[in-house]
Amino acid sequence: MIPLRAKRRAINAFNLGMAVLTTAFGVFWLGWILWTTLSHGIGAIHPALFTQDTPPPGSEGGGLRNAFVGSLILLGLALAIGVPVGVLAGTWLAEFAARRKLGGVVRFLNDILLSAPSIVIGLFTYAIVVDPSGHFSAFSGGVALALILIPVVVRTTDEMLRLIPVALREAAIALGTPYWKMVLRITWKAAASGILTGVLLGIARISGETAPLLFTALNNQFWSTDLSHPIANLPVVIFQFAMSPYENWQKMAWAGAFVAMAFILLLSVFSRLILKRGAPK
Amino acid sequence: MKAASSAIAGQPSVMHNGNRSAGKKVRFPADFLFRKLTGFIALLVAITLLAILVALIREGSQALHVFGWRFFTTSAWDPVANQFGALVFIVGTLISSAIAMLIAIPVSFGIALFISELAPRWMRGPVSTAVELLAAVPSIIYGMWGLLVFAPWFSRIEPWINDHIGAIPGLGVLFRGPPMGIGMLTAGIVLGIMVIPFIAAIMRDVFLVTPPALKESAYALGATTWEVARHVILPYTRTAVTGGIFLGLGRALGETMAVTFIIGNSNNLSASLLMPGSSIASVIANEFTEATTDLYRSSLLALGLILFLITFVVLVFAKLLLLRLERGTGKKA
Repeated sequence: MIPLRAKRRAINAFNLGMAVLTTAFGVFWLGWILWTTLSHGIGAIHPALFTQDTPPPGSEGGGLRNAFVGSLILLGLALAIGVPVGVLAGTWLAEFAARRKLGGVVRFLNDILLSAPSIVIGLFTYAIVVDPSGHFSAFSGGVALALILIPVVVRTTDEMLRLIPVALREAAIALGTPYWKMVLRITWKAAASGILTGVLLGIARISGETAPLLFTALNNQFWSTDLSHPIANLPVVIFQFAMSPYENWQKMAWAGAFVAMAFILLLSVFSRLILKRGAPK
Repeated sequence: MKAASSAIAGQPSVMHNGNRSAGKKVRFPADFLFRKLTGFIALLVAITLLAILVALIREGSQALHVFGWRFFTTSAWDPVANQFGALVFIVGTLISSAIAMLIAIPVSFGIALFISELAPRWMRGPVSTAVELLAAVPSIIYGMWGLLVFAPWFSRIEPWINDHIGAIPGLGVLFRGPPMGIGMLTAGIVLGIMVIPFIAAIMRDVFLVTPPALKESAYALGATTWEVARHVILPYTRTAVTGGIFLGLGRALGETMAVTFIIGNSNNLSASLLMPGSSIASVIANEFTEATTDLYRSSLLALGLILFLITFVVLVFAKLLLLRLERGTGKKA
């Protein structure tokens, strides 16, 4: 009996030890990647980064101004398209299709879309926007990012609205409120912080996306705010600069990566905090 | 009474339904509009997947038409000679994802077990957040880090792998090659790190909802923590755990930027995992804007179609498994 017990205990200790080690392993990579971005990026941060445009290959100086602004424009476009579509679709799922079969199907397809490879979304946008219009454009980049944002917003809107107690809805309806007004004034209001969190998480998700921009927004070495032309954007510039042999470009890629990473991580942490505070207990 | 109600539930009368919707329409026309508008947009979102499929088939049809089934089975990828075959990229995608899963599954299981069973309460939150942040890191940063930091470091390990694992007869073929740092194995490892958070998050969530009564019964019989995990928690959550694994696989298959940085971008098939390779996503990312002929572009879009179909099947399977668990817990709750 004793050897068996000892053996079981040894297996237990070994496997639990492994669980601790694997956790350390996972956290280790996060630490390493954070440290790399921080140590390489922070030295490359200087004011010119935000006031000058991307330098030509092999030259010194320059900044990432056009890339930052381009990324913000793309983000704005994606939000302008993605948020209304996502919120309305999510509203239908939660308010009108909560127990309907069709609602389940839509929810299922939306979840698949949520995990679909972003490069495929890029190819799709190329096929429906870039190819018919004949040229790469900032607009198509915004569409591609919106397609990635939409399922995130749909899902959180749906989940957050379904958390709102039915009694709240019934109270409004009992007072004679039209359904649409009840949704706008009562349920949306009650779920506002949750929906906002979904949008913030969506922004965090799309602001690092590179693959769908490669053949939609493309890139632009110069300052441009024209939606019908290719536009500089941070992820593609980082990609191009990091893969290049020029030291100045590589340094700038690290600076860009640091800014992107800081932005995304802060956004993720911040939206989690909102979610935690707003969650019904 | 019973018969009447079941008749209504099974086969709603026209009167019953008609009355309800007609009443709504008369009272608030805006309600009808609001309902139709949101419904229309929701359907639009749902048919996006179908639209993606149709668009990719249409755009890739030229390549599929010219090469037929050979497109899937030949490995020649020669833009100059206008010869395109997808085999190298399909194999590259599958192998890099397989390596990723070999790393990610045990590590995710360990992390989930640690968070749900071992960690003191105060540690759960921070460790969970750290793992979730690993998912928030954009893939381009994984790629940069992989190429400029991890690969140089890994190239110093590779001679050791060469000498020791490469010396094993049979299996060793996979681990022989020049210590370049980049290549199929590196891409697989980085992919593995990238999908850990997705799998670990699902495993953690389902481990945490395993009924305490089940676990406590096993503990009461004298089971060790590991035995409870292995013989109680894992069987109870098996469906969802499999679903989580397939969700991670779906991510790994379609991951683009990180792989593009570190897989080495070689269009040749190689027996060794230390050699550079290519995946479907990486070749599309690298070559799409350079594709000058229609057939070249169509071939790349056909590659996109293959990737979409593979990930679609994997993701549908994953979601179906996860849905089964949701339904189960829904009933119990």
